[in-house]
Amino acid sequence: MGKTLVIDIDKCTGCGVCELVCSFQHRDEFNPLKSRIHTTIFWQQEIAIPVVCLQCEDPWCGRVCPAGAITTKIDEVTGARVVTVSEEKCVGCKMCMLACPFSTIVVLDKGYAEKCDLCGGDPECVKFCTRGALKFVEPELGMIAKKKGIAERLLDSYKEVKY
Amino acid sequence: MYGWTGKFLRVDLTKSRITIEGTDEGIARDFIGARGMGVKYLYDEIDPKVDPLSPDNKLLMVTGPLTGTGAPAGNRYMVVTKSPLTGAIANSSAAGSFATTLKYAGYDMVIFEGKSKKPVYLWIDDDKVELRDAQHLWGKTTRETENAVIGETAPEAKVVCIGPAGERLVLFACIINDLERAAGRSGVGAVMGSKNLKAIAVRGTKGIKVANRVGFYNAMVDCYKALDIEYVRHFHELGTPSVLEDFVVPLGALPTRNYQAGAFEDWRKISGGVQGDTISVRKRMGVACPGCPVACGRLSKVTTPDFAGIGAGPEYETTGLFGSNCGVNNLDAIAKANYVCNEMGMDTISAGGTIACAMELYEKGYLPKKDIGRPLNFGDAHALVEMVEKIALREGFGDVLAQGAYRLAEKYGHPELFMGVKKQEFPSYECRALQGMAIGFATQSRGADHIRGEVHDIEMYGCYQWRITRDRKIDKVDPLTWRDKPVLAKEIQDWFCMIDSSGMCNFMFFFALDEDQCRALLETGTGIDLDGYKGFMKTGERIFNQERLFNLKAGLTGKDDTLPKRMLEEPMPDGSAKGMVAHLSEMLPEYYKLRGWGTDGVPTQEKLKELGLSSERSQ
Repeated sequence: MGKTLVIDIDKCTGCGVCELVCSFQHRDEFNPLKSRIHTTIFWQQEIAIPVVCLQCEDPWCGRVCPAGAITTKIDEVTGARVVTVSEEKCVGCKMCMLACPFSTIVVLDKGYAEKCDLCGGDPECVKFCTRGALKFVEPELGMIAKKKGIAERLLDSYKEVKY
Repeated sequence: MYGWTGKFLRVDLTKSRITIEGTDEGIARDFIGARGMGVKYLYDEIDPKVDPLSPDNKLLMVTGPLTGTGAPAGNRYMVVTKSPLTGAIANSSAAGSFATTLKYAGYDMVIFEGKSKKPVYLWIDDDKVELRDAQHLWGKTTRETENAVIGETAPEAKVVCIGPAGERLVLFACIINDLERAAGRSGVGAVMGSKNLKAIAVRGTKGIKVANRVGFYNAMVDCYKALDIEYVRHFHELGTPSVLEDFVVPLGALPTRNYQAGAFEDWRKISGGVQGDTISVRKRMGVACPGCPVACGRLSKVTTPDFAGIGAGPEYETTGLFGSNCGVNNLDAIAKANYVCNEMGMDTISAGGTIACAMELYEKGYLPKKDIGRPLNFGDAHALVEMVEKIALREGFGDVLAQGAYRLAEKYGHPELFMGVKKQEFPSYECRALQGMAIGFATQSRGADHIRGEVHDIEMYGCYQWRITRDRKIDKVDPLTWRDKPVLAKEIQDWFCMIDSSGMCNFMFFFALDEDQCRALLETGTGIDLDGYKGFMKTGERIFNQERLFNLKAGLTGKDDTLPKRMLEEPMPDGSAKGMVAHLSEMLPEYYKLRGWGTDGVPTQEKLKELGLSSERSQ
């Protein structure tokens, strides 16, 4: 199976470097509001959660698009599924913005819908996420790493009870 | 302009007039931003002799050219003003999203002048800027204020504000943003309070462009790679308090009972490891300031009824000053005193130093119990928290403590028991155990200080990746020697003028980065040519000398470059530095010579000419 963006919320510090490099990559400027990934920090719980397009198997944005501008492509190198917007076909009607339950596709000042395109198979946000909250891997591998993290925590409490 | 936005806001609070001006390109080139640009504008715009709490003083909030960019931890702004605590230049920095958002709104800095008739706050919504009534916010804590202002403006607004301590002109009141981030030292919050300015809120939607896209990206990659090391992960898990057990205790440099000793018998009860395993909300996990790969900040929670609370920290300095320096081994009480300071808007370092000074005065019988209204012994956790609360509200004896340790020790006839420099309390490092800190403390522009460029970064923390040591082939510095320290002190001070002016957090350089990486980010970000390493360091030297000129004009002299008698004459009684005193008199003449200053500590005309500075103010 192809690679996909795997998020480990437990590791996210909310630093938002993903937002900075995303806007730099796609907009040539540092501007978190123009980023295609966004992180929210919940201070009282000390938890940060990144929100980004998850490249749906059956994307609602694509289903509602009246111009047929949104299609799913498979990246040749990584095998990643990329829900892709055709800038030429998009008419900027914003139906996709209404349909996406994650609010990760948006029409800004360019007049066509913008969303995460996985940087053509080598996502910038992943490169700079030093804490490892964002990974671009095969989902099986991504989830096994996460499960290992959970097992390590279980080990601590198990040791406390048992030994 | 690249990096910089090229614009700044001037807010005349007396006339309620707001203007947008252009950032001076020459000043930006010669003084970079934040700390450097701040002191230059302040020096040109006020008479350094002004009463710091009068409408004649100005309050500058200045970002750097890298603030808001992808430079690691490029998230800082600097509050520059004349300090009411020291009478010298104040430059207090805070990280967080206020600084980055101010840039995204399109401004390099905000200059506040005059004094508002009634409490106000400033609301910056990109190009729309207005002063709003803040009478209903007066008296509120920083947390209440921030939440209220966000409610009144926009959910995306980022807020800086003062708490009740700033309103009451506590001489070490601070300015708080993002709930718990503090522009902490030198009483910048009191200056804000004196202007009847309660808060500033900002929302920004614009981006920051850099001059050389590919060059900047490569510099970013280089920096992020250098920072991907085990020590950064360790710091992420435990934050600043871990330096207590990792570095400070082994060198016998932990201030104990108003600097009477350098070793605290109960340090294990307040260490970073203990904090990480007990009061830390998410064990060994922190949240980050914008664009920071380290994330040293942590939330803690105390449930013990007497000290219950929740908030960020305590950081290392706070732990040392409220803990060992007050003889307190109760972590819950230290955390509580820290929460109160953050909510009231007060510097934890000066608060801890002042209370420790009062404790020594009391125990030695110089400070009568009737004045305090209760006993005030070292180690009394309840007294500590009570005094912190009283200082913030200037209640009872808190009104005396709110003036800081220097004025307290003077009032009770024992000025020698004030532990600090230029009327500002020491941070949590014993300079008898760190000779480089002795010269640093004595000569730093804003008084006793640990983060404006100090030799302990090398002698204690081992930052041997810097060219300052690398080019000299130095890979080991003994904290107890003094002959080798003046040159390091001078160079590190100049180097930190650059870090503090760039908009980046100095922790990046503390962990891994060096001068060339900082220069690469600045040059590719702004497009200016700093003229190599030498030119880079010269710019830092210019900034440091500009601060010196401000201080001299304000009335300070070379005589203020000194240390308390205890450091100079009383040998350290215990620990690894047992028997040591601070060898300042052996270091200071050499330091002045290296600086190109006269024996009176005044920069020579040749030095000023070399740096392109003038002792005359240009306006």
